[in-house]
Amino acid sequence: MNSNPKPLMHLKNNQSARIKHIHGGLGLRKRLNSLGIREGQIVKLVSKQPLMGPLTISVGNTQMTIGRGMAHKILVEEI
Amino acid sequence: MIKKIVLMGNPNVGKSVVFSRLTGAKVISSNYPGTTVDFSKGKMHLDGQTVEIIDAPGTYSLDATNKAENVAVEMLEDADVVINVLDSTNLERNLYLTLELLEKDIPAIIVLNLWDEAKHLGIKIDEKKLEEILNVPVVTTVALTGEGIRNLVAKIKKAKTNEKIKPTSEEGRWVEIGQIIKRIEHVEHRHHNIKDRLSDLTIKPITGLPIAITIIFISFWIIRLIGETLISYIFDPLFENIYRPIITNFGDMLGQGFLYNFLISQSPGEINFVESLGMLTTGLYVPIAMVLPYIIAFYFFLSLLEDTGYLPRLATLLDNIFHKLGMHGYGIVPVFLGLGCNVPGMLATRAFETRKQRFIAATLISISIPCAAQTSLVFAMFSDDKIQSSLEFDPIIYILMVFSSLIIIYFVSGFILNRFIKGESPEIFLEIPPYRRPSIKTTWKKTWMRIKWFLKDALPWMFFGVFLINILYTTGAIDFLANLFQPIMSVIFGLPGETSVVLISGFLRKDLAVGTLLSFPSGTFNAMQLVIVATMLTMFFPCIATFAVMIKELGIKDMIKAALIMISAATIVGFFLRLILLGV
Repeated sequence: MNSNPKPLMHLKNNQSARIKHIHGGLGLRKRLNSLGIREGQIVKLVSKQPLMGPLTISVGNTQMTIGRGMAHKILVEEI
Repeated sequence: MIKKIVLMGNPNVGKSVVFSRLTGAKVISSNYPGTTVDFSKGKMHLDGQTVEIIDAPGTYSLDATNKAENVAVEMLEDADVVINVLDSTNLERNLYLTLELLEKDIPAIIVLNLWDEAKHLGIKIDEKKLEEILNVPVVTTVALTGEGIRNLVAKIKKAKTNEKIKPTSEEGRWVEIGQIIKRIEHVEHRHHNIKDRLSDLTIKPITGLPIAITIIFISFWIIRLIGETLISYIFDPLFENIYRPIITNFGDMLGQGFLYNFLISQSPGEINFVESLGMLTTGLYVPIAMVLPYIIAFYFFLSLLEDTGYLPRLATLLDNIFHKLGMHGYGIVPVFLGLGCNVPGMLATRAFETRKQRFIAATLISISIPCAAQTSLVFAMFSDDKIQSSLEFDPIIYILMVFSSLIIIYFVSGFILNRFIKGESPEIFLEIPPYRRPSIKTTWKKTWMRIKWFLKDALPWMFFGVFLINILYTTGAIDFLANLFQPIMSVIFGLPGETSVVLISGFLRKDLAVGTLLSFPSGTFNAMQLVIVATMLTMFFPCIATFAVMIKELGIKDMIKAALIMISAATIVGFFLRLILLGV
């Protein structure tokens, strides 16, 4: 069932996945870390706004909205 | 001895509520970033001693990646005790800051807030074991109801520096947190509850957008209802039945002359509270009986909306549109605040990451967001008996003309500014807090603070403004100004020269300007001209308070740029509105 890591934004609504890798500079990683988005955590896609709009995801009991660019840099693995 | 206590914690953990419980002070606490950048200070009694207590800005770590976090870290330096407030429903993430704090040599106490919510979510935390592991006192609280606060106060003296947590790297801390969580937290599986469903519905585009439109529509309807009710059942009777006899008698005592003109009315006969331009009549009536009711209504409702946590969801839905304007979804927050008063709207633009975003957000607020004081008077203006008789359509049509013009101007100007202002527009990155039931008490406290602030800010300026206009009238300067600007006003905008006086008084306060507008003899302006003046008044220049904040936030150079943009935008729009509405 293990597939290759893919960007977070390719998940479907309500689909969960494990974060494998975060591409990006220290600044981005730190910001994501501070809200609990880290390698190994389970992330769920809550909703996508249309027309390249942002994504809302949840990790643990935290929900947040992030831009598509950021979502491209978070690689996940389906579980 | 304990002299200074600092409260620290992540954003949205209810830190400010804990603070207000400890101090009994009136503090603003909100669900989105921006408002707690300015910290609050208070005092509490501890064993007969007065202790200073500081509510530091919410921060995720001590790395200090932005202004607010810098402030928090600095405050820590001379603290005798630090109270670390945590969100029990997000323990793992919150513990990062805790470990950083415990690595320092400051006596600490840990507060697990939102304890009831954690229970509801099926999260079981062994706080005794946490106390053992961290080696500092741990208390559980529900700050909203006050549960556990007494226990917290009792334990402040027992705060101590821990001996177990040793400084380590970022990776090291996360590993440590993982181990702690395994030992103390147990999460039961739970089903989607109503709050989750509501959260999903309001953030998914298909359902979220219609809900957003409905909420905005209902908000304005309720605000208008509360405002009108307050006016017709409380403020108007107060002025008409109680104040009028008093002030009429006082006027008779003064007799005719300069003092009468100045304090009571420019013209003899029955006092008209709106048009007489006396310090004790118009100077009090406009801010208190016409504007204050709307201020109360607006801020009460805005505070409710803020505290539920709806705004970050609205920001998510609108992110796309705001990107076209060079900002991101957070841009809706300064707009909402600006609709109350432009000053807090300007302050909220700080939470943007780049100069470009801040510049666009601030300029757009000053161009096209009317404050509650101005809005209430635009409503009042078209409902005025004197003007109503000359209206062709229902008053609401004219009011809609003003506001739809401003909305269009907001988007068009934003679109243009985005093209021409250099700089980055980073993506949205916003925490979506869970929906929380707002506490009427906190909401009312917040509203009350804003009312006091309005009165303190509005009354002196209104007095000063009415005083100035009084002098302009008495010396005949109004006619002079009107004649002087007559050519410009009539050639470009098709408006009478008196408009210049209105626009100038708008610099002091926008509500004063509308008041000035109403004081001209009927027939000076026709209905369509009033629409143009009301729109231009919003755009032309910010009031002096907003102007001062803008200089502070943007710097002189950018402020001059913004001012040029405002004046040219107002001129262009005024000209086009003339073509459309007056047809000449």
